[in-house]
Amino acid sequence: MADDSVRLDGVRKSYNVGTPTETEVLHGIDLTLARGEFAAVIGPSGSGKSTLLNIIGLLDRPTAGKLFVAGADTSVLDDRGLTRLRGRSIGFVFQYHYLISAFTAIENVMMPMLVEHTFPSDAIRRRAIELLERMEIAPWKDNPAANMSGGQQQRVAVARALAMNPGVVLADEPTGNLDTRSADGVFRLMREINVEKRTTFLLVTHNMNLARRCDRIIEVIDGRITSDERQAPHPVRQGGDD
Amino acid sequence: MNRWTPFEWISAVRFLREGRIQTIFIVTGVSIGVAVIVFMSAMLSGLQVNFIKRVLTSQPHISLIPSMEVARPLRHRPGMQELAIVQMPMQRIRSVDQWQKIRQQLQQMPQITEVSPIVSGSALAARGEASRPVTMTGVEPATFFRIVRLPDYIVAGQPRVTSSDIVIGTELAKDLGVAVGDKLTVTTATGRNNTLTVMGVFDLGNKGVNERNVYVALRTAQTLLNLVGGVTSLEVTVNDVYAAEIIARQIQAMTNIEADSWITTNVQFFTAVNAQKTTNTVIRAFVGLSVALGIAAVLVVSVIQRSKDIGILRAMGSSRGQILRIFLIQGGLIGLIGAVVGSALGAAALIFWHAYFRQADGSELFPLILERQLFIATALLATVTGVAAAMAPALRAANFDPVVAIRG
Repeated sequence: MADDSVRLDGVRKSYNVGTPTETEVLHGIDLTLARGEFAAVIGPSGSGKSTLLNIIGLLDRPTAGKLFVAGADTSVLDDRGLTRLRGRSIGFVFQYHYLISAFTAIENVMMPMLVEHTFPSDAIRRRAIELLERMEIAPWKDNPAANMSGGQQQRVAVARALAMNPGVVLADEPTGNLDTRSADGVFRLMREINVEKRTTFLLVTHNMNLARRCDRIIEVIDGRITSDERQAPHPVRQGGDD
Repeated sequence: MNRWTPFEWISAVRFLREGRIQTIFIVTGVSIGVAVIVFMSAMLSGLQVNFIKRVLTSQPHISLIPSMEVARPLRHRPGMQELAIVQMPMQRIRSVDQWQKIRQQLQQMPQITEVSPIVSGSALAARGEASRPVTMTGVEPATFFRIVRLPDYIVAGQPRVTSSDIVIGTELAKDLGVAVGDKLTVTTATGRNNTLTVMGVFDLGNKGVNERNVYVALRTAQTLLNLVGGVTSLEVTVNDVYAAEIIARQIQAMTNIEADSWITTNVQFFTAVNAQKTTNTVIRAFVGLSVALGIAAVLVVSVIQRSKDIGILRAMGSSRGQILRIFLIQGGLIGLIGAVVGSALGAAALIFWHAYFRQADGSELFPLILERQLFIATALLATVTGVAAAMAPALRAANFDPVVAIRG
């Protein structure tokens, strides 16, 4: 339990609560992600995958049930507490890189650290360079975010998600917008970080090939977990094939 | 990135830089607004200073004149009512009673800077066949020229008035065909006359005054107007020109002689000055308002354009306060940069205007007053306006739901 990164107990989510159009999209989700797990969430469009990811990412609150992130009961936290916990414990990678175009690659990676520490110290810069080196894009560190290829941008986005050394990285279709080669590269790097740092990864994907390379596949249909399979360790899975 | 610059400032500056065209347009708009305010404020205060200077260097601040003569019929009998038309008596030229004593009293008042006696009356100035009616003023040059700066307006000759001298205006000189050194005869209604030498010609900037007013020595005027030893008025200047009316009332209470301040004798001028001030304030307020609305409009668009960035920043742990500050700083920066550029533009326009637009006589239209306070106040006000204008868009940005913002 102490080693859990994320735990959901009977989490429900409804929209338009208290109105005739009230709709429940998550119907009592119980889920635990242990530290260092690399899990995939699959399911058809509209099944509630993204809502689940937003709730785990503290961008949205559950209507009922409890959510624990890094051991903290999020139901007792106010907006400020949730924001702080999100900044420190959770990294996001989205389908579109969502880098801030007004900044360079390295500045985008520095951004979460600046949000926390306000001033751009040398230590923050060093950490950003280290992450970009790890993502194999250090030579492009001073490129404006908009002047990079899709694969490079997504690697910057992964570096940014790792900036605060979060316990959990949530990735919504992280390779959905990339060609196979770039997608494999990004996936391999995430996998390597997962092994090196024991960072928990939760990927939402439509790509079954990608899902099969994860440790665990959680299927969500109509707001319910319909299957939760752990897969046997696969040597190729870690190395990638790019 | 400078290591001493906080995250919110870095983001605000980058957002402004990235939205280059938008930023250039709004900063230009703010600059023009500020330039108009700076230009108008400086020019109008300069014009006012000039007007007041002109008015107050060609007339005294307070004039003490003998009271009007009134007819007082003795007819009040108890129980009797009478209908009568009382005719106003003729106003003879009379002297201010005990004027030497009053002058001494006035000279002891600390607010009063100068007291000068004058004798004024109408006369006829003639040279050969030509004659013109004039208002002759007999003065003590030593004191009077410190009240009415006649020497500043002399265009020919010198402002000297000894017993046989006269100083006249340009129009009268033209009408009578006289120049400095020529003689003319001044005759009054008493039948007395004197032949005087034109010592100086002045131009007070007013055709009527240049045609009518002539200045002679006090004793010459006293003799011509048959008022030997007397004066028709005491002319006074004071330290604080705006307190003239209050001082006039004090003098009246003290001496029992009618005292008129320049404020009551120039009511129209004051009304004009006040109307100008009000117009200026109204224009400035509306220019300020349109500047504020412009900043707000641009930032509202910017917030919509940046909704994804805002969502990402929130997902990365930015607080609502940080997002709020990013946009408030943008508003403040637009205001400040606009104020600096606008002040420079306004000052340049003022210098240009001052150099190329002159009065009919070639003197400056208004004194060039570039007060540091005006620029500091404008910069502060523009920055505060920018921050205030940014409040609504900034609040909107801070209250974005990150999920909705990221989804777009």
